[in-house]
Amino acid sequence: MAGRVGVVAVAQTKFEEKKATEHTAELMYNVTREVMGQTGLEFKEDGTGIDATLAASYDLFSGPAGAYMFLGYVVGAYRREDERVLEDGSLAVYYGAMQILSGHVDTVLLVSYNKESSVGKNLIEWVGMDQIYQRRIGLDFVSAAGLQAMRYTTKYGITPEQCAKVVVKSHRNAANNPYAMCCDNITVEDVLRSTMLCDPIRVQEAKPTPVDGACAIILASEEKARKITDKPVWITGFGSCYDHHELGYRDLADCEALTTAAQRAYKMAGITNPLKTFDLAEISEQYAYQELLWSEGLGFCGKGEGGKLIDSGKTQMGGDLPINPSGGMLSGLPVCVAGMQRVAECVVQLRGEAGDRQVPGAKKAVAHGVDGPAGQLQCVITLEN
Amino acid sequence: MAERIAIVGVGQTHHKSKRPDVTTAEMIAESVERCLEDAGLQMKDVDHLVGGSFEVADGYHCPDKWIIPELGAVGKAGLELQNVGTTGGVLAVASFNIAATGLFDTVLCYSWQKMDEAAGAFGRGGGGANEYWTGQFPMSPITNFARRTYAYMDRSGCTEEHIAMVRVKQDQCALKNPYAQLRLGLTVEQVMSDVLLAWPIRRLHMCPTTAGAAAFIVCPEERAKKVTDKPVWVEDWFTCHQGGALTMAEDPTSSTLRHACEVVYKRQNIKNPVKEIQAWEVYEPASPAELRWMEEVGICEDYTAWKLFEQDKVGIDKEVPFNPSGGVTATNPIGATPVVRLVEAALQVRGDAGEHQIPGKIERALATGYGGQGENVIMLLRKTL
Repeated sequence: MAGRVGVVAVAQTKFEEKKATEHTAELMYNVTREVMGQTGLEFKEDGTGIDATLAASYDLFSGPAGAYMFLGYVVGAYRREDERVLEDGSLAVYYGAMQILSGHVDTVLLVSYNKESSVGKNLIEWVGMDQIYQRRIGLDFVSAAGLQAMRYTTKYGITPEQCAKVVVKSHRNAANNPYAMCCDNITVEDVLRSTMLCDPIRVQEAKPTPVDGACAIILASEEKARKITDKPVWITGFGSCYDHHELGYRDLADCEALTTAAQRAYKMAGITNPLKTFDLAEISEQYAYQELLWSEGLGFCGKGEGGKLIDSGKTQMGGDLPINPSGGMLSGLPVCVAGMQRVAECVVQLRGEAGDRQVPGAKKAVAHGVDGPAGQLQCVITLEN
Repeated sequence: MAERIAIVGVGQTHHKSKRPDVTTAEMIAESVERCLEDAGLQMKDVDHLVGGSFEVADGYHCPDKWIIPELGAVGKAGLELQNVGTTGGVLAVASFNIAATGLFDTVLCYSWQKMDEAAGAFGRGGGGANEYWTGQFPMSPITNFARRTYAYMDRSGCTEEHIAMVRVKQDQCALKNPYAQLRLGLTVEQVMSDVLLAWPIRRLHMCPTTAGAAAFIVCPEERAKKVTDKPVWVEDWFTCHQGGALTMAEDPTSSTLRHACEVVYKRQNIKNPVKEIQAWEVYEPASPAELRWMEEVGICEDYTAWKLFEQDKVGIDKEVPFNPSGGVTATNPIGATPVVRLVEAALQVRGDAGEHQIPGKIERALATGYGGQGENVIMLLRKTL
């Protein structure tokens, strides 16, 4: 393993319900041009610019197969090294870091984009279930989450109020984030009064859908990163892990895959007490219960203690470990872009540039991404400044 | 590179136009089992997986989620990548990068396409096409290669008879490869009288639709030496995507292959490719493409490759052993096709290709992936370090 990998630039669009006037290529242009502007890097073939591009996107969401290729038109990424991860954006950061650690390239431009407004998210996620058993009975990612929420809250006695508190915190934090889609003074009662989406998940407890937007990041080898910026943020550890797809094969109240992915990342970073070590966490909670469950998987509390954790106030702004100072997915992020944007938010925090949502003196952060039904594929990335 | 890496095991299915006897996951498992057996390993020895297919052509979303458990790989790290036509190449390159970090000991790459279950041409036609520019043309692989081929014929003096000779050579090679799909025993007359799709492309010239899978295992040096006494070293790799810039190409016959080869040859100090590389598995989506690709990889001068066929110099035991497996016009499980090229190239280096083994010592082999309108992936293999 050759040195460390640094994040040298990040950019995101404002996340909105429908960006009707912006083509996917324009979304890509806006964020990639911004990170290129921040670093002064262009696409060059002599090793002095950006060596490679790595996209994270889902073809069924973007329409034309391989829309990532538009980068060739919009930012002159002609004859470049190019790959695309068909997973949540966090896995693009995970693999992008390995591209650099392999010694093969020095700088990688990552981009993730999604216009959920142009397609039916539930239909696509239904096609993401295996076609023999689970798709036939109509399971999609929302109903898988419903089953997980039911099992998790029942097994550990997590109350509806505890889940609703996650939403309240998320919206309150989002008010400080100029990129976030929604922010309002929603109350626990408002959440619990909202329409039932998929028992026990209510509409306000789910990520708003659709959301359009994009995110870009430039990663660089240690040597290059120091030259490009005086505020590099280092990737210290990363891990991924698959769980069973067949929901009946796992106890949905636990998230073994996340526990394993987190342990892999923490081992690499030399972290033993995540609650003490990290100054903030940006995690992917498509549904309110997931922030509690993922907190357990990430080792912020013991099994079944996610409810107590939110009650303790430790995860609020000003607490020991603020979770999602940006507002997280519950404040409106497109799937796929979410994971990369989680990393970008951590970077903004660790650079001390988060404005009103800044966690004072943040030095270490953890970003988390998830893909597949009920958190089947998990990815954890640890960062420090 | 941080770590030197070697391929320690390969596997592929017997490619067919239809596989009603197996599900997608079962078909992949066939190739993975053969690969593990070839390496003398079990799934428990694998610590990272990389997989994918051109999933839009198969019509599902995030298939890795239901395939991973069927391969017995729950609990392992992994991700899915997809770059339209170059998918298999990018999967291979990602596996190389991940192994080269030294963070993982045993990386398994699995790839597939099961085109008997979907309308593959639909997905293929839209690959990377911007709906405002190239998407406006009825541009499919067939029309794309019709355009390339008649421009080539116009410039070179090559005739329809010569491109039929290319097809016959491919078929003769495929007849010796038990894994190949189309093994027809063709004559030049049969090819020239076949159904015309878009002049000068006839049905037999175009790659078929295939159900098939291919897999390989790559390890860092120390581990590779323990696993096998016949490691195939991966000397270099490079992806080169131009981004669907069909209308921007100065020369309608060219792709990024020449540039990609130049980069790799320069890095590995290869001065005379035709002498220094003894086996070629170059992705030709249509048989006449082989002519231009032979020129672009440096085997002969521009617009002269057809003369080599006229002089009967191309074949398994002839002067230019180009695509001894029969190539893509015989077998095309899209997402797996570049991995099939790599698997075949690795077998040639090992001397294990059987009836289609090129005589003499194979020190170096070059495999490529091709996609869209000129995207290429180069994979250079070596027998000795």
